[in-house]
Amino acid sequence: MNWDDVWNAMFGGLPVYGEILALVSNSVWAGAVLGLVGGLVGVFVIQRDMAFAVHGISELSFAGAAAALLIGVDVVTGSIVGSLIAAALIGWLGAKARDRNSIIGVLMPFGLGLGILFLSLYNGRSANRFSLLTGQIVSVQTGQLGWLIVISVLVLAGILLIWRPLRFDSLDPQSAAARGVPTTAISLGFMLLLGLIVAVAVHIIGALLVMALLVTPAAAAMRVATGPVSVPLLSAAFGFVSAVGGILLAIAGTLPVSPYITTISFAIYVVCRMIGARRGRVARTRQPSRAAR
Amino acid sequence: MTGDAVGAAPVLQIRDAALRRDGRELWSGLNLDVAAGELVAVLGPSGSGKTTLMRAILGLEPLSAGTITVDGRPVRGPGNRSIGYIPQSRPLPPDTALRGRDLVALGVSGHRFGLPVPRRGDTKRIAALVEAVGAGDFADRPVGVLSGGEQQRLRVGQALADDPTLLLCDEPLTSLDLANQQAVIGLIDRHRTQHDAAVLLVTHDINPLLGRVDRILYIANGRFTLGTPGEVLRSDVLSDLYGANVFVLRAGDRLVVVGAPDAEESHHHHEHGVLE
Repeated sequence: MNWDDVWNAMFGGLPVYGEILALVSNSVWAGAVLGLVGGLVGVFVIQRDMAFAVHGISELSFAGAAAALLIGVDVVTGSIVGSLIAAALIGWLGAKARDRNSIIGVLMPFGLGLGILFLSLYNGRSANRFSLLTGQIVSVQTGQLGWLIVISVLVLAGILLIWRPLRFDSLDPQSAAARGVPTTAISLGFMLLLGLIVAVAVHIIGALLVMALLVTPAAAAMRVATGPVSVPLLSAAFGFVSAVGGILLAIAGTLPVSPYITTISFAIYVVCRMIGARRGRVARTRQPSRAAR
Repeated sequence: MTGDAVGAAPVLQIRDAALRRDGRELWSGLNLDVAAGELVAVLGPSGSGKTTLMRAILGLEPLSAGTITVDGRPVRGPGNRSIGYIPQSRPLPPDTALRGRDLVALGVSGHRFGLPVPRRGDTKRIAALVEAVGAGDFADRPVGVLSGGEQQRLRVGQALADDPTLLLCDEPLTSLDLANQQAVIGLIDRHRTQHDAAVLLVTHDINPLLGRVDRILYIANGRFTLGTPGEVLRSDVLSDLYGANVFVLRAGDRLVVVGAPDAEESHHHHEHGVLE
């Protein structure tokens, strides 16, 4: 390993950073919107215990995108179709957490295998192959970026409109149903929104790494905050910083974007965990009686 | 609102109700009136359809036969503003992103679609509910670190959001210690007396309610018996209901039912298996 090569790979583009940034500005926008929306959706992903579902959906989304690549139709459309099929199957068959996990466990390798099959059959530009699995936002075409942004904004609008019933249902489905919340519709609606945002994330950081923007920011936020406003806001901020920071760092060199995003997101989580642990200790020493429960 | 007749009408009226699940009849011919200010407890072994009865009153599940009216209006679907529902006390995950106050707030605005912006008056209403259930001291702490009793007080506050005329409580005291059981019952009872509300409460232990409960509906073996505690909690009555030798024993001021098939131990498992 040559340190000069590493330096070049990481920071070789610095002298022309301004020009590169102008070229990829649309990618930065897409990353920014995905980071924000992914952070918000992530809060519910954790509350509803669906981290594994996110992973399952992303593998089928990958299969959809690979199929689209093979038959020569729009890749974003393919990933959305794959995502929605997975989300619908999981939402329909896996109402209970236990059933859900086994269904996802069944779907995930099937989706991944299907995707790999399609990619092997595809003999177009090979750069496209890995980018679906590990992401390469800067190689997404401008027209598609526009779509990714539009879809993310739609998901944002959707999640805000069902915010309170969704929160009620996530916390206490029985009381929510008693209070008149249409819990089945809410669950399916959330699966639909989740499917859409996962499809977007597949293009930006890749099917294998989707959780870095859909689970990690919310998990980090929940370590340091507890308010119903502070947790989503913090989570959205963490997602935004990870996605935008990752892209801005990556374009300084020739390395892919995804490792930057996953590393920033992970670092934020580690810091939040340490802060949370310290706070927990302080709280316990202040109120020994509470620790018992 | 228009004279004496309305005042005398029962808050909850169940007529000729029957419940069949998976081809099995849980019970039929159930008639029950609960008047304003009355507390009726529902007792019986697991799988006897107590929780399903609650769900039918809430409009979440249909009866196999019969009608239910609340405040004179037939039950059509969920979301009845006249009903407050208090669920079983299940501990919330420690990292739940809500403060105590927010749990109460779900009762006020948790069902509303649209941008999550509070309406005028919401904050005041929530503060009043928090005070009403004596949760002022812990309302701003994360719910996940609160004790089971504290969480259950907040759930009572949530259920009282619309000043319900009927309170449905499904095992509201499970896994609470005696002091918290009394605190939660006290809150339910205060709402009953102050607002002249009817209360229907499912429980597997009648002891915390003795002295407050007006009547008992005891369901077992596909049959039921309805009456005052003195009429129902007797060895001969329960033996007849179960078709087995059942003894009601007095230990100090507590009652113990001995010999009833399907005792409490298996309670939680079955309840979910059969009813959900």
